[in-house]
Amino acid sequence: MLRYILFRCLQAVPVLLIVISFTFILVRAAPGGPFDSEKVVPPQILEILNERYHLDDPLHTQLSDYILNLIKGDLGPSFRFPGRSVNELILNGLPYTLELGLYAILFALFTGVLAGLLAASRPNSIQDYIPMSLAMTGICLPAFVLGPILLLIFSIWLEWFPVSGWGQFSNDKILPTITLGSAYSAYIARLTRGGMLEILSQDFIRTARAKGLSEATIVLKHGIKGGLIPVISFLGPAMAGLLSGSFVVESIFQIPGLGRFYIQAAFNRDYTMIMGTTIFFAFLIIFFNLLSDIVAAWLNPRIRYGSSN
Amino acid sequence: MERVIDIRQFERGRSLWQDAYTRLRRNKFALIGLVFLLCMIVLAVFADIISPYSYETQDLYLGATPPSTKHWLGTDTLGRDLFTRILYGGRVSLMVGFLATAVALIIGVTWGTVSGYMGGRIDNAMMRIVDILYALPFTIFIILLMVVFGQNIYLLFLAIGAVEWLTMARIIRGQVISIRNQDYIDAAISMGLSRFRIIFRHVLPNVLGPIIVYTTLTIPNVILLESFLSFLGLGIQPPQSSWGVLISSGVETIEEYPWLLIYPACVLSITLFSLNFLGDGLRDALDPRIAKD
Repeated sequence: MLRYILFRCLQAVPVLLIVISFTFILVRAAPGGPFDSEKVVPPQILEILNERYHLDDPLHTQLSDYILNLIKGDLGPSFRFPGRSVNELILNGLPYTLELGLYAILFALFTGVLAGLLAASRPNSIQDYIPMSLAMTGICLPAFVLGPILLLIFSIWLEWFPVSGWGQFSNDKILPTITLGSAYSAYIARLTRGGMLEILSQDFIRTARAKGLSEATIVLKHGIKGGLIPVISFLGPAMAGLLSGSFVVESIFQIPGLGRFYIQAAFNRDYTMIMGTTIFFAFLIIFFNLLSDIVAAWLNPRIRYGSSN
Repeated sequence: MERVIDIRQFERGRSLWQDAYTRLRRNKFALIGLVFLLCMIVLAVFADIISPYSYETQDLYLGATPPSTKHWLGTDTLGRDLFTRILYGGRVSLMVGFLATAVALIIGVTWGTVSGYMGGRIDNAMMRIVDILYALPFTIFIILLMVVFGQNIYLLFLAIGAVEWLTMARIIRGQVISIRNQDYIDAAISMGLSRFRIIFRHVLPNVLGPIIVYTTLTIPNVILLESFLSFLGLGIQPPQSSWGVLISSGVETIEEYPWLLIYPACVLSITLFSLNFLGDGLRDALDPRIAKD
């Protein structure tokens, strides 16, 4: 197990290096400098700015400087907000995004696993068809369609929920959570159903049935451990989707989180900010992928012995 | 009366494709999906013949009007006919869907076939590359690409295609390996056929089923990604229309003119439904062994 964890952590290092270099080169290759604006900046000032931000060093020195700073946890200064660092700006938005993501994934896990279990315990019955059609709907209604529609129905027509915001009213976190979580709930429901059906058809379940255990014990005690492995493996990649989904949800509901900030930085061409956030996102995604792989391996010995050699 | 029995009907077996066609025809949802898609494609392709309006002609005196006999789905805040804009948007969205999927298909099938057929070290190296690329946060990279190089539609095809080929390559590789281990491939090798000929004559035709299925299931993902980017303002740019652009501008006026949001949202969702149903139906029809997940 330890060997597997070590192996997977080592594998993440080249990925991170690729992400960093690729982002760096891409941003540097961008047409137009970071200090382009409507006003013409005098050349002397431009020179001072370039020197201050080390933009006239050779490219490889800049890259290695950047990586060295990264190791220290420093993402550098923001180009658009003078005097503020990228770290500071990320930390401002992060709590909102994390909270939103956490609620969304909890919502998705709860409803998805429940729907999947219901469907798998009576396959090809009405108890299977209804949750699975709902899941299909969840997959075909992306967040940027579902969000505005929920907003229209529940906030504007019925006036049950506030139109925007996060944490100002007691119930303004519900719609964003559902919007972000529903697609993942749908995928989780499908994965749970598939995984449970496979497990429930195996011999040890038949043994459990023969011993006369109740259906609930069989499903919840013996089936669920193996049946949820696909869900666990899905959670890692789902994090990546949640992050990009949060861009949309934060802009629909006007939540001052990291995603909304990232899109703004993109429009402002705040290059250090884009670079810093991209690398930060990449780091998060790789970390969660790693985590979900390790948990899946812990639950299923076949995975860890299969790929570590 | 003498009954004539046509002996030919016993001689000819049913091919895999005939079988699949029969199975697909029994699947109502898949058929409805197919019909809707064909209608949507025809509408999008002949948009300029069908609609008397242009997608960018503004009529500021008219402004936003609810659906009427003159403008079937109403007009947007600049007085542009919404029906027309949805059709032209469909043209862009479907084109991105098909072309980017084609990019993914070409790269993925080539990569997967070479990797699976060669095996050994080449396979190992090629799949390691796929593994590493898989771990990259691609959506964020696409956003970065669009920001850095401007909102260029051809770049969008390439960027989306470059993301979606990975899954395709993995699936094709698995299929190719299972076919490569069959006896008839050994027979073909021992008969001295060239690698090229074996791959094109004996391997690829047999993985056509999975290729078709996953192509159909990739298209909705691509359309979704394009709409997502356009929604954020990073994909297709107004006055050009795409479903993502329409939804995003619909959200801005959601309180006053809700139909500007509802119609494009419905069209996008129904298209996604159709493609997913058709893909699932094709999977059940072409590959009965693969269970539904």
